[in-house]
Amino acid sequence: MNLSNLTRRPEFGSVLSLIAVIAFYVLCGGVNLGQLAGAASWVNLAANLGIVALPVGLLMIAGEIDISIGAMIPAGSMTVAILSGHFGLPITVGIAGALALGLIVGLVNGLIATRTSVPTLIITLGTLMVVQGLILSAAMFLTGNASVSLAPPDWAKAALGQMMAGKYQIIILWWAGFAAAFFWLLHVSPVGNWILAMGGDQTSARNAGIPTVRLKIALFMLSATAAAFVGVCGAIQFNSAQVSGGMGYIFNAICAIVVGGVLLTGGYGSVLGIVLGTITFAIVSQGIYFTQIERNWANLIIGITLLGAVAMNETFRKMALGAASKKKRAKA
Amino acid sequence: MTAPILELKGVNKSFGPIDVLFDINLKIKAGEVLCLLGDNGAGKSTLIRLLSGVHQPSSGQILMDGAAVSFPSPRAASEQGIATVHQFGGTFPLMSIGRSFFVGVEPTKGWGPFKRYDRKTANEIAVKAVQDFGITRIDDGDRLVGGLSGGERQSLAIARAVHFGARVLILDEPTAALGVKQATHVLRIVNEAKRRGLAVVFITHQVMHAMAVGDHFAVLIRGAVAADFGKGEKTREEITDLMAGGASMANLEAEIEAQAQ
Repeated sequence: MNLSNLTRRPEFGSVLSLIAVIAFYVLCGGVNLGQLAGAASWVNLAANLGIVALPVGLLMIAGEIDISIGAMIPAGSMTVAILSGHFGLPITVGIAGALALGLIVGLVNGLIATRTSVPTLIITLGTLMVVQGLILSAAMFLTGNASVSLAPPDWAKAALGQMMAGKYQIIILWWAGFAAAFFWLLHVSPVGNWILAMGGDQTSARNAGIPTVRLKIALFMLSATAAAFVGVCGAIQFNSAQVSGGMGYIFNAICAIVVGGVLLTGGYGSVLGIVLGTITFAIVSQGIYFTQIERNWANLIIGITLLGAVAMNETFRKMALGAASKKKRAKA
Repeated sequence: MTAPILELKGVNKSFGPIDVLFDINLKIKAGEVLCLLGDNGAGKSTLIRLLSGVHQPSSGQILMDGAAVSFPSPRAASEQGIATVHQFGGTFPLMSIGRSFFVGVEPTKGWGPFKRYDRKTANEIAVKAVQDFGITRIDDGDRLVGGLSGGERQSLAIARAVHFGARVLILDEPTAALGVKQATHVLRIVNEAKRRGLAVVFITHQVMHAMAVGDHFAVLIRGAVAADFGKGEKTREEITDLMAGGASMANLEAEIEAQAQ
């Protein structure tokens, strides 16, 4: 594959963003590269964020967005903690309950999105609030507390909430698995083509025989359930669940996805890009602790990275579109 | 020669109290190009929407191969072999040529849940289909559709329709946004589609383009067929006059001449 083919790929910009961010930290912050690469803090952050960013990224490629994940993460934590911690039901019931809640919320998002013409930003803003209210009321009503503890059995701890080598969360492996599955879905299976087409032009996609309604609902169910899964892992990892938290994931996920080269309006993007964007985001926000740079600058650097990445992705997208005519002229 | 593939018999269309099409009778035959001419607002778009299943006639009949049909949706129309290509051709600018060619009918390898999208086959077939139409400059199926010129995009869309078995090709102002050279490309492809035995409905308000490829012409004025004639029966000036509502163009010319004197 030559360079011009490489720049045509949606994730090319995110590779450059990642290199730029690491170079900045090494050159200006005096970061020890080996130390940064081996650090658990950013990998743990990336894994938790990445599992949510993947399905939300797919939704964005399909031309939609889901911000209700911000409430689904604590909702997943609370569900497993209330069912298995407070009521003492088997952990499998707790996990199943949390994932089922994700499926239901995703189904509601999907049904509203496919039956109305309300933008999904607004729909999922609504369900975000609803789920938040619901989970707080449920926690207070059932347990009388906004924080519920959980004592998961060893096997659940091992599968979903242990520390590998003392510092790496097991969720990193789950993230890798999710990434592989999503890569298959978007780039290998024919369904990926449907997602790209749906984001490109929904009417044409439907006329071409793509089941756009079912596909959209499925994608919403995927993102809400993935968020619930991250919540479950958190509760099992830390033996407790809180009703608050999770809101940061909304903007962090969107940031990671956009840095990863996904077009906000849909129709363009890649799983590799989303993964690289997530890593970039995690390194920017955690890597600063390895530098001599004042910690308070972290958000500023994230903001600049985001803007730089967006500008770069825009440029490469134009290059990808223009590549053809240049090639043609050279041949003529 | 042959019986028409598609025929409109006394078709009317109104949206609420507004009558848009009035008593339309048209025959669309295989291996012929029917040029639908008319000014903006004459009802051309509504007519093609009836043919492509976006709207349904308020009264009257659409016959296909002599039997009455109805197209409740664009999908139903395309399943019957009616393909509509819009002004800008491909609608997925950020997809590759191969991927957009096979949207909804992706070629796959493997079995069951492990079916894989067959990129190589898709690209090969797509590129070959366009090249068969004489667009040899498209040679890389991984290229994005948005990187093609307007004429190439039209050609790709037409090649796609033909590949998937279209019998009637409806081209909605394919040359309107194109330069002279690009338009010639598209006209050549229209000719090739006709040679392959497709029935082509060519909507335009550029009389030159219509006369270059048309076998049959219908001029729409305010929702009615004002004239219906074969190739060589009318001159360019006569057709232009008709489109502009008959005498008005001649009047304008006379006025300008009077001012000049």
